[in-house]
Amino acid sequence: MREVEKRYGALQALAGVSLEVRQGEFFGLLGPNGAGKTTLISIIAGLARASAGGVSVMGADVVADYRRARRSLGVVPQELVFDPFFSVRETLRIQSGYFGIRANDAWIDEVMHHLDLDAKADTNMRSLSGGMKRRVLVAQALVHKPPVIVLDEPTAGVDVELRQELWQFVTRLNRDGHTIVLTTHYLEEAEEHCGRIAMLKAGRIVALDSTKNLLASFAGPHPADLEDVFLRIMQRH
Amino acid sequence: MTGFNTLLYKELLRFWKVAFQTVAGPVLSALLYLVIFAQALGEHVRVFEGVPYAAFLVPGLVMMSILQNAFANSSSSLIQSKITGNLVFVLVTPISHLEFFGAYVLASVARGLLVGAGVLAVTVWFVELRLAAPLYALAFALLGSALLGVLGLLAGIWAEKFDQIAAFQNFLVLPLTMLSGVFYSIHTLPALWQQVSHANPFFYMIDGFRYGFFGASDVAPAASLLVVAVSFALLSAATLWLLKSGYKLRT
Repeated sequence: MREVEKRYGALQALAGVSLEVRQGEFFGLLGPNGAGKTTLISIIAGLARASAGGVSVMGADVVADYRRARRSLGVVPQELVFDPFFSVRETLRIQSGYFGIRANDAWIDEVMHHLDLDAKADTNMRSLSGGMKRRVLVAQALVHKPPVIVLDEPTAGVDVELRQELWQFVTRLNRDGHTIVLTTHYLEEAEEHCGRIAMLKAGRIVALDSTKNLLASFAGPHPADLEDVFLRIMQRH
Repeated sequence: MTGFNTLLYKELLRFWKVAFQTVAGPVLSALLYLVIFAQALGEHVRVFEGVPYAAFLVPGLVMMSILQNAFANSSSSLIQSKITGNLVFVLVTPISHLEFFGAYVLASVARGLLVGAGVLAVTVWFVELRLAAPLYALAFALLGSALLGVLGLLAGIWAEKFDQIAAFQNFLVLPLTMLSGVFYSIHTLPALWQQVSHANPFFYMIDGFRYGFFGASDVAPAASLLVVAVSFALLSAATLWLLKSGYKLRT
């Protein structure tokens, strides 16, 4: 991301964000509500256009070379959206097709298995619980085996069991070489999983370092946790 | 090509899964129009020489159903996806604006033609019809449904709530179809209203389609086809431009 700016009328949602997430990283994007996290993700995914600056995914510009950029990217949106016309399997087959992948059933079955969706494969999306819908959103982001996966608050409103399963699965994907970009309000999750963290406030990066360094720089007589670090950085800016 | 094929398949499956509402319902409505209008007005309305009113009515009803359903398909699909938020599943994929346009419009054409074929299948038993110029009938059905598919897409892009689509449908599509000569020949109108009818693009679609059946029309069919083709080209260009710019779809 190079000097990314985004204005909505008078509102400056992003005020020049530059950031490089390295291949294979587990990267956290933290910040209070309205800091610009989702706007930044929307620009990466092509759902919004930057007012200035640019973004590339795996070397492909998200505007000029959007086809290649989007093939490299899987996005799990924050909102619990679904298409009520289709079953889980239909949803995943259609999503594969959008990426130009035919006969993807072996991978779809594997993803459904890891997300514990096998039993719901032929259930209509309307009939699923919130947690199950969240799993389908994750599966949809993975159907085309993207090297980069963006999770926008994937555990908001999710029960403990699914949260643990989700993290196991995402950690495995990261181990297998996928780059993970995560936004979350649960700072203990970020502390546990993210190797590096950027903190956003009012559309600017106010901290960018490895999780270890961030924790060390604020350690007093007692070791700091990420919540302490976050609050102190936010107060400082 | 697969991204386009999949989006087209998804759009077709979407209306087919609720075919009772999207196909059977409009067919029944058209049949009711035929029964009521032909019964009530059959003796009183004079249309083309030697053509009974009920026979005159059928091609008009077929085309009206084609047009209304083509519009309903793209407009309702897009507004539903926008409001429920699931349009994001398409927007994050490598599908281009041209493929997006093609898939939505072709699905509209398919639904329009399917409903039109259904209306023809149930009404043809009540009247004696021949196809004087089948290629004209086909050309108007295809181009008319494509034009309304594009208009539906445009409405879907612009609208932010269901109300606005309903307004488009009730205050634009419905009056323009009703006043296009589905139920009468414009030659029976006073001179002023004949002139006004010529400004209605729907009139040319109905009139041209009807020529395909009777070999008679209010306007020369080639001229009507030109009006429809030019309208389609202009509206498509505007819609493609909006899609490319991401207007109201990408913030």
